[in-house]
Amino acid sequence: MTALTAWERLELIRNKERPTIRDYIPLIFSEFYEMHGDRTYADDGAILGGIGLLGNRPVTVIGHVKGHDLEENKKSNFAMPHPEGYRKALRLARQAEKFKRPVICFIDTSGAFCGIGAEERGQGEAIARNLMEFMTLKTPVISVVTGEGGSGGALALGVCDELAMLENAVYSVISPRGFASILWKDDTKEKEAAGIMKITAEDLQGFGICDAIIREPAGGAHTNHRQTAENITEFLLDSLQRLSKKEVANLLESRYNKFRKIGTFSEFE
Amino acid sequence: MLEDLFKTVKSRMNIETAENKKGKVNIPSDLLFKCPRCQNVVFMEEFERNKKVCAACGYHARISARERIELTVDKGSFTEYDPHMQSCNPIEFPDYEKKIAAMREATGLNDGVVTGECSIRSQKCVMIVMDSRFMMSSMGSVAGEKITRAFERATRQALPVVAFTASGGARMQEGIISLMQMAKTSGAVARHNDAGLLYITVWTDPTTGGVMASFASLGDIIIAEPKVLVGFAGRRVIEGTIRQRLPDDFQSAEFMLQHGQADMIVSRTEMRRTIANLLRIHSQQQSGEGQES
Repeated sequence: MTALTAWERLELIRNKERPTIRDYIPLIFSEFYEMHGDRTYADDGAILGGIGLLGNRPVTVIGHVKGHDLEENKKSNFAMPHPEGYRKALRLARQAEKFKRPVICFIDTSGAFCGIGAEERGQGEAIARNLMEFMTLKTPVISVVTGEGGSGGALALGVCDELAMLENAVYSVISPRGFASILWKDDTKEKEAAGIMKITAEDLQGFGICDAIIREPAGGAHTNHRQTAENITEFLLDSLQRLSKKEVANLLESRYNKFRKIGTFSEFE
Repeated sequence: MLEDLFKTVKSRMNIETAENKKGKVNIPSDLLFKCPRCQNVVFMEEFERNKKVCAACGYHARISARERIELTVDKGSFTEYDPHMQSCNPIEFPDYEKKIAAMREATGLNDGVVTGECSIRSQKCVMIVMDSRFMMSSMGSVAGEKITRAFERATRQALPVVAFTASGGARMQEGIISLMQMAKTSGAVARHNDAGLLYITVWTDPTTGGVMASFASLGDIIIAEPKVLVGFAGRRVIEGTIRQRLPDDFQSAEFMLQHGQADMIVSRTEMRRTIANLLRIHSQQQSGEGQES
């Protein structure tokens, strides 16, 4: 497959048939049980969580829920979580830590939901809390960006030991549309923004943020769900094998440094 | 095509009306202060004498990092960390270097965050102060690194951290690198927290976006200045999503207090005393624990 531009990838991942976390789970995990709620306010349909087996190993799975159609997207709020979604994720991550299960996060969101309720219940705090607590979670965390990795809403499931991206997935500080709107006051320049933002898996690998690129079948993940799921499974098994060998203290030290080293600045006298 | 044309015409009209509105009040802007919250107009001299607080409604206006430090720390006690750090251009965003150079010229700062060590009524602490004049103190590589180093130094020296936050969010011009600063700074807070050390966050105008969704939400104690704008998403973004106008006090310090997101609202005149007392109470507790072990 010849390399697609960022814009072409954005168009490709918006394909309605692109697999979602609900498609991947039965293809990757067995005996999956979904768990609901943050135990404080509500169950957020935009984030799914549960436990299952990867091979014969128990794992906790957390991820954004996109839908294939309007009906599904209404239920999952187009994968834009409220604070209770992030709090559910954190609750299940803590549970995973307790039972020494690895956490596997699937990232696919345009961003955290922007609304009155989200502000009232502390959207900023909910995301911040996840960034802080995942950083010191005493169990391996693996994140896979399967489609759109948008902003803090994505990063809240992205503090991990290894980050992989599907070949056509993107990961960005804000959607190209938002970028154009803020920096050029013109959201019609979405395509131009996508071109300069450096959001593809290769770009992110170049920055040292993405650790592995998972290949998609020719034409994209939507053309063959099963093959895509197999490729993801292969990466997860490899990654788990690498991470399981590490002592917890080493694991946390490398996780801290993975993010600690990111930044481009100079110091002059 | 036709729709696009209408959009362009409409947006131009909006810009013009906004400018006209501004034009009306902007007579001699350096002599007068018009409160953005209550629209009250006072002489700049009087406003400055009042520590840049609106006498009519109590809105605490933005002040520079230098002014903040002067108002807060013991005279001559501030030692700055990493004063010579400057951003590179990781995504090669057009004219980013030029923008930075212009901002340095205009503000005398190298970026939107000043960090250092100081004492407040003899209580030693590490201080982080954001200055919204520099690109709305958006958080990119420099802010992320300086804040992280400040927390790391505080952890090593067992010092509390006091952070005066003000930010428009992540520095868009640095792309994904700026998003990662949220994780990096939050990680540094986690280590400071795990060491059992105190972190006081003070929300000043405005604290929003990626800064709100990282270290600015993680204080053991969160204080806000009265009437300041604090929140995650931009007001216009939310209004666009829900298609209705939001109440005026939405995302104010008072709104956040009411919804359980902040511990207290403290006026500028009481800030130094309040922080010093909180630092003292915690230092007694920490040394008390130290003696036991």
